[in-house]
Amino acid sequence: MTARPVIEMRDISRVYHVGGEEVRALDHASLTIREGEFVAIIGPSGSGKSTMMNIIGCLDSADSGEYLLDGQHIEKYSNEELAKIRNRKIGFVFQSFNLLSKMTALENVALPLVYQGVSGSERKRRAMEALERVGLADRAKHKPSELSGGQQQRVAVARALAGSPSLILADEPTGNLDSKTGADIMNLFCDLHKSGKTIVLITHSEAVAAQAERRICILDGHVEDRSDGKGGISAKEADIV
Amino acid sequence: MMLGQSIKMAFESVRSNKLRSFLTMLGIIIGVMALVVLVSLVNGATGSITDQVTALGSDLINVVVKDDKGRPIRTEDLVSLMAPEEIREVSPAGSVSVPAKVGSSEITATVYGVTPAYYNIQGQTLEDGRYLKTADVANRTYAAVLSHDAAEQLFDEADPIGKTVTIDGRGFEVVGLLEKTDNMLQSMMSGYAIFIPATVELRMAKHPYITQLCFSATGSTDAAEKAVNTLLLDRFQQDDDAFSIINMSSIASAMDEINGTLSLLLGSIAAISLLVGGIGIMNIMLVSVTERTREIGIRKAIGAGYRSIMSQFLIEALLLSLCGCFIGLVLSGGILAVATSIADNIVFKMEAGVVLVSVGFSTFIGLIFGLYPANKAARKNAIEALRYEG
Repeated sequence: MTARPVIEMRDISRVYHVGGEEVRALDHASLTIREGEFVAIIGPSGSGKSTMMNIIGCLDSADSGEYLLDGQHIEKYSNEELAKIRNRKIGFVFQSFNLLSKMTALENVALPLVYQGVSGSERKRRAMEALERVGLADRAKHKPSELSGGQQQRVAVARALAGSPSLILADEPTGNLDSKTGADIMNLFCDLHKSGKTIVLITHSEAVAAQAERRICILDGHVEDRSDGKGGISAKEADIV
Repeated sequence: MMLGQSIKMAFESVRSNKLRSFLTMLGIIIGVMALVVLVSLVNGATGSITDQVTALGSDLINVVVKDDKGRPIRTEDLVSLMAPEEIREVSPAGSVSVPAKVGSSEITATVYGVTPAYYNIQGQTLEDGRYLKTADVANRTYAAVLSHDAAEQLFDEADPIGKTVTIDGRGFEVVGLLEKTDNMLQSMMSGYAIFIPATVELRMAKHPYITQLCFSATGSTDAAEKAVNTLLLDRFQQDDDAFSIINMSSIASAMDEINGTLSLLLGSIAAISLLVGGIGIMNIMLVSVTERTREIGIRKAIGAGYRSIMSQFLIEALLLSLCGCFIGLVLSGGILAVATSIADNIVFKMEAGVVLVSVGFSTFIGLIFGLYPANKAARKNAIEALRYEG
């Protein structure tokens, strides 16, 4: 049985103009990620993986090509609608945690729900649930500055989970952590994967990428799948360019 | 959709930076205080003057005859002046400034020559003794009624009734004493007033005819004024330059007009200071937007749209200006209370109109000067904002 695709990219190109020079951050890249997959997108810096993540995360749009998120054509949407899509379909986890320092852990986790228009009490309940899931229910009232790096990243993961998105998009989630806490976070992602979440992890580290079910390499804007065939996905389906 | 949440966030942001928020509000606080205090002071002061003018008798009509055209008014003519039914009473109101003496104390008194009607027309009240009578006028009795101020100067604490006061070299018996008036305007205008029979005053003034009169109205002052005007025009060959009529209620309405103009003028000046306060808000909001670039990026990544960010910052600006307005109003209330207790005669109070104007204007300023920074925040590119290292 093949799962429904969450991400479908076809011939995506993104060109930047830096000092009159044309930089092709993505060059006719195509890839498909299906529901329930745990995919690592790996590449050295400057390979275009940040651009890839921005486009997947609907923070940026492609210059050409087709991108379907959950079956929706993304390029047609206005900024306001893209914000709504980010809100409901994507849970971001950043390298530098990006929690709001003036809010408690619980408030941070509840923030996506605020923008979903969820009522106060329901927000609290769901945020608490997400915090329990990452094992930080007892730190709900703490501000980010009172938490360790690993705890902050767990809060960020809880925030990504709170809005029940179709996809969790993690950008170097272990980059700012020591190896032990980094491993803890990776275990958390593995657990989430096991519970059925679709996770896309962007990293430059082979060791981190190795823990994913499938690896996609980006080099000079080109995408190359290194799927080992696990999870019933053939190399062909992974859309090698 | 999430207005409550936006307000809560704005409150937290204002609270988290107390000193800065306060300094930003200060412009609005001062502006609102200037507006409310100045306008209320003007209203209070002119209102009090208008009240005093009214207390002098808003139904009071004063007439000065400048040219008698060979038909001067004598005391005998007073009855005929009361003929029109719009006129209730009439009294001569001429005065001379002469020295008045009791023992060693001497003052320059304003001596009014009046008839008994003067008492009601001017709304005087006796403290002691009696007022002048018709017989006093007819018999040219040397009787005098003293104002409280004059009595105090001449007799100090002693009871003046029955004593003699020397006015312009003639001895007068003090028959009555008027109550102390708390009307500043009245005591200012009349000075050390002494009231004697009109017939005596005319002789003293070496001027046998009545040139100053006061009338009171039966009903409407305007109708009475018209009647007086007709009467005098008939008497003085239809020459309206021969006399002039001063109506107290027209003075009161002139005062009201001055009050309105003054309030508007001071209000406009205060509005300018509110405007400056608004610029202060915009300035600090722009700084705040830049400082919080990363926060904006995070919020956008999480799903805040243009409208959410816009409303968040707009509400924050609005909150700053309205908090400032509120503090300004409270402080103004305090200042006005102090002013009221200092000026014991005048009550300065905040009028609903001024409060409404200042709240409305503060809201307007918060919106106008919040719009640009809020728009700037909401238009930020999420990717760049996330990368921002402040």
